[in-house]
Amino acid sequence: MKRPKIRIGVTGLNAIDNPGPGVPVIRGLLEAKSFDAHIIGLAYESLEPGIYMHDLVNKTYQIPYPSAGADQLIDRLEYIQEKEHLDVIIPNFDAELYSFIKLSPRLKKMGIHTFLPTMEQFDERLKVNLPEFGEKYGIHVPKSEVIYQVNDHKKHMEKLGWPVVVKGKYYDAGIAYNADQLAGYFNKISAKWGLPIILQEFAHGTEYNVTGLGDGHGNTISAVPMRKQYITDKGKAWGGIAITDEKLLNLTRKFIKETKWRGAFELELMKDKKGQFYLLEINPRIPAWVYLAVGVGQNIPEAYVNLAMGKEVEAFETFESGKMFVRYSWDMIVNLSDFEKISTLGEL
Amino acid sequence: MKINKHIAVSDSGFVFNPVTGESFTANPMGIEIIEMLKKDQTIEEIHAAVLDRYHTDNTTVEKDVAEFFELLKNFSLIDRHETTEN
Repeated sequence: MKRPKIRIGVTGLNAIDNPGPGVPVIRGLLEAKSFDAHIIGLAYESLEPGIYMHDLVNKTYQIPYPSAGADQLIDRLEYIQEKEHLDVIIPNFDAELYSFIKLSPRLKKMGIHTFLPTMEQFDERLKVNLPEFGEKYGIHVPKSEVIYQVNDHKKHMEKLGWPVVVKGKYYDAGIAYNADQLAGYFNKISAKWGLPIILQEFAHGTEYNVTGLGDGHGNTISAVPMRKQYITDKGKAWGGIAITDEKLLNLTRKFIKETKWRGAFELELMKDKKGQFYLLEINPRIPAWVYLAVGVGQNIPEAYVNLAMGKEVEAFETFESGKMFVRYSWDMIVNLSDFEKISTLGEL
Repeated sequence: MKINKHIAVSDSGFVFNPVTGESFTANPMGIEIIEMLKKDQTIEEIHAAVLDRYHTDNTTVEKDVAEFFELLKNFSLIDRHETTEN
């Protein structure tokens, strides 16, 4: 039977040391059994490596930064749509999700499907709202406080204790062992990502992550837990192993059922010595290590596209545990003319 | 005492716990003990087998086997409720 061709726009092509999920998402899409994927890259910067991976990406367009606002983004997407006739867009950055969620009805009118969390779901799981989220859904989360001025930390330290994790509202985090270090992280992170800054109680233990997909009605379509085995100085997994911890899987199913989560997500958790899991963060998108899920039998990008297209998708029941991913870096040789095209014309 | 039923042990002594994602390397004697645990052999049977095979004194065997069980327990390779019963 001939498989349908689906034209998919993918962001997050920055396969760097703090990698965006775009390239592994594309690898999953190209391995899809239910359709043939035609990939259109959507990039913010001209040196995002995925732009030059011509065996994975058919064509790439530059799009405006989220800070430029939703109007500029929709203008650019209208231009791209005229040429590419996209069926689906998979946004892969936290910072761009707000715009894409807001624009999703307009995108739908243009023929572009998305499968994103609702604005309520997106807001509810924000780092600044995590304690209330934990309380509402009965999930353990470390204590945290939001600050707008560096000196405000003083009134929370008795409650949070040292060390404390200093987090940006979207990205970046550091562990501060004293007030000087805290001030350093506060200034560095707020300069890059803005205010507020979140101070989170430091949870001791082993890091675990789960990626998955909810159908928006409380059903779990996919859930794959992973233990980080090699962590970079940016806290990113450079190696990890799929595991079968039922406690983690039950927690994930509970999260999806209670929130009726729509779309992909990543849960970041810490397991303490007593075996108790603490939820550190919920990322409302596919993570950069998603290809592990594909490799163990749950092709999340494929299921995501089918859900976006309104198709019935059966939940994955099993996956192969004990398989690992080991990330590597790779130097591509790129013609200057390619760099010139994406830099000057905004497309390649 | 029962080894956690999920644990995978290869011939080379590579021990993998698919629940936690942790892996360990066991020496030949360690592999033998884990295999005996998997066959539900009792502590007494394990002592006797090790004593017979390694021609050493009973005190040394008891001490070494107890230490090894403690390691298995610490690494969550033995079902916790089983260890308390034994």
